[in-house]
Amino acid sequence: MADLRTNFLGIKSPNPFWLASAPPTDREVNVVRAFKAGWGGVVWKTLGEDPHIVNVSGPRYGAIHGPDRRLIGLNNIELITDRPLEINLQEIKKVKREWPDRAMVVSLMVPCEETNWAAILKRVEETECDGVELNFGCPHGMSERGMGSAVGQVPEYIEMVARWCKQHTRMPVIVKLTPNITDIRFPARAAKKGGADAVSLINTISSIMSVDLDAMAPWPHVDGKGTHGGYCGPAVKPIALNMVAEIARDQETQGLPISAIGGITTWKDAAEFIAMGAGTVQVCTAAMTYGFKIVEEMITGLSQFMDEKGYNSIEDFRGMAMPKVTDWQYLNLNYVVKAKIDQDLCISCGRCHQVCEDTSHQAITNLVDGKRRFEVKDEECVGCNLCAVVCPVTDCITMVPQTSGTDPRTGFEYGRPYANWTTHPNNPAAKIAAE
Amino acid sequence: MTGSVRAEGIVEGRLSKVEYDANFSDIHPPLSRHEAFVESDRCYFCHDAPCQKACPTSIDIPLFIRQIANSNEIGAAETILNANILGGMCARVCPTETLCEEACVREHSEGKPVKIGLLQRHATDALLDAGKQPFRRAEPTGKKVAVIGGGPAGLACAHKLAEFGHSVTIFEAKHVLGGLNEFGIAAYKSTENFAQREVDFVLSIGGIETKTVQSLGVDFEIGQLRREYDAVFVGTGLSAVNKLGLSGEDDLTGVIDAVDYISKLRQSKDLSKLPVGRNVVVIGGGMTAIDIAVQSKKLGAEHVTVVYRRGQDQMKASAYEQHLAQMSGVTLLTWARPSELIGDKGKLTAVRFAETAENAGQLVDAGGTFTLPADMVFTAIGQLFVADGVGGAQPLALSGGRIVVDQERKTSVSGVWAGGDCVAGGQDLTVSAVEDGKQAAFSIHRALSV
Repeated sequence: MADLRTNFLGIKSPNPFWLASAPPTDREVNVVRAFKAGWGGVVWKTLGEDPHIVNVSGPRYGAIHGPDRRLIGLNNIELITDRPLEINLQEIKKVKREWPDRAMVVSLMVPCEETNWAAILKRVEETECDGVELNFGCPHGMSERGMGSAVGQVPEYIEMVARWCKQHTRMPVIVKLTPNITDIRFPARAAKKGGADAVSLINTISSIMSVDLDAMAPWPHVDGKGTHGGYCGPAVKPIALNMVAEIARDQETQGLPISAIGGITTWKDAAEFIAMGAGTVQVCTAAMTYGFKIVEEMITGLSQFMDEKGYNSIEDFRGMAMPKVTDWQYLNLNYVVKAKIDQDLCISCGRCHQVCEDTSHQAITNLVDGKRRFEVKDEECVGCNLCAVVCPVTDCITMVPQTSGTDPRTGFEYGRPYANWTTHPNNPAAKIAAE
Repeated sequence: MTGSVRAEGIVEGRLSKVEYDANFSDIHPPLSRHEAFVESDRCYFCHDAPCQKACPTSIDIPLFIRQIANSNEIGAAETILNANILGGMCARVCPTETLCEEACVREHSEGKPVKIGLLQRHATDALLDAGKQPFRRAEPTGKKVAVIGGGPAGLACAHKLAEFGHSVTIFEAKHVLGGLNEFGIAAYKSTENFAQREVDFVLSIGGIETKTVQSLGVDFEIGQLRREYDAVFVGTGLSAVNKLGLSGEDDLTGVIDAVDYISKLRQSKDLSKLPVGRNVVVIGGGMTAIDIAVQSKKLGAEHVTVVYRRGQDQMKASAYEQHLAQMSGVTLLTWARPSELIGDKGKLTAVRFAETAENAGQLVDAGGTFTLPADMVFTAIGQLFVADGVGGAQPLALSGGRIVVDQERKTSVSGVWAGGDCVAGGQDLTVSAVEDGKQAAFSIHRALSV
């Protein structure tokens, strides 16, 4: 069986599955339940200064559901821990002592003054936890008070606070990034400049889930009024993957350890983030949807995958997909795929035809010899993949790379050598470069 | 004695009230809101949807299901009713397994079609419960149309004509409208007086006058209506039944016409007062045969056997209905025809059957015989159109004993349209009767608009 152990900044855990700083890691009772269930580590829910903050008495969560109430996206307006600092610190110390093999990272958020950070770091160190995560991410509530994403949106602040923390503690420092910015590379570079040991991302995305059309108010609402919350869950995974990839392949931040967060629900999600360069993954929404037991599926799934592929350790495949993320301009313009419909699997719903006809390239038939039949017209197909993604049957429509013959759509031979936009005759910049 | 399934003879009160209530409750309970959401998500919203093509009234099924999925049940109902004003009853009685649901691509791919019938019911129930009539009458045209028969065909025709602004008079032979919806459909398919609720809904558009206990050929003739009205629609259905042609059929107690008995059952206020035999035999292989067999069982008959002269796959009742009968404890016997009704002191005691076979496409006796004990035998071997009142100086052309119509449901006589079971070449389904009435109304409207 594959070895799932991870060593992230010297923080060891039996597997890469950590619970993210959030309600599941707010208290001893929850964290102990998580460790019993098999989680490799936790990032304790964000601590702040006393007097502790207060939360609304609900509702705190909103969601987007599929018709079967499958949770697709979650949003929350819960703040950092609403318990006294001392109680949290005592519990952290106790749990770490009882579970020494698990990762115990503590999330922190205090006002943007050096003394405040120095003070809390000193107290946290006494718990003998493994590291700290600076919460520069929460987009709701705390940001109105100059903390959370209000810090994370200003690279200079990130650098400044990271530097303070590195000066005032020997513990590893992870900076948690907010996605509510235009280019994730800037805050990541700032964290690195400030001396942070790693970044974790993404925190939640500013969002209003829906509008209650009876109350004519945002939903969920508290006594008739609502506010934006932080969006997470399966729906945000693609956004997180892109941001992780951007940091992993940026020249300035390449090699900076990443703990990936964002919609990780299954072993496969986790493997994808690891393949993109993440050293550990953090999970919250999936646990809040199904409970802690899901980690069993994640551990066994990842282990089975690694055995099948012959990867002995996480490091064996970590970052393997990252070099294959590139800019659009370097994509091979001579690579041609055509859709192919497996007529034995086709159930004749005709969705491929309908969407191609209405919204794309009119490249799929609906009738052949007067009979209902859906076939790809190679002379029209641009290989866009839309038919394949809307097809309700697994593997019915595949995109087949074309290697020999002539493309009836363009008249070009298949299999021409790699050529990209930078040298394409239609590219004005390419012409200038050639001159 | 009464009060037991084993009581000899034709007796009432075989079951307890609880048992009657349970047996005649809704056979397909409605979907809950959550179930409707889940089920609606299974619809693929197909291109040129096969289900819609399979529907005799061409309901835009993908659209109404998508409307349900997005909490617009009333809009979904309007989509349905626009194509089929009796969409509520059709949702209950259509053999969906041979129509829309058979055509569903999920039936082909996984053997589990989208539950279109139940979704249709979910939407139409919402609209009826809300007491809405989504259709409005156009300005009155001053034209008068007579509709003969207040069944599905006549109601659909009348509603569409009223919508166009014409004044409609429905002539109905019975004391209430509804036709087979009221008198013929199995009780467990139309509970809580649904047929009358739907009639009230149809009439609520306004502009429709009803004259009940008015029989064609008895109280009036077509020729007379042609003179008094601008157009006439005939939707009388089938008012006679085929006979076995066996001795004792008319005088032995216990030989009963299934259609007549179902009508009594449907109108019964207290099923414990409806007598049924201990050993019931049903002759026939269509929907009526299945309906009477299942309902006899539900009334407490101990042994119910359907006997059909050909094989099970040739029965007109769908495979689903046959299965329903078998699940209800009914025995299906095939390849046998009744040859003798055996009685004692004026009461039926048994039926003798001749075994049959097919020889070069012809049904022949195979030689063997057997006897089934029976205190009650139901005949369900087909119904007949009664052509009284359609003759006169200009008789309607008939084919196979039913009225000949063209694509527009015009008869051979100008100014007279027809539809439903009384026309030749039909499917004898509620839904096709509705389509006939609707198409006839379009045609009548075109004729009156010239």
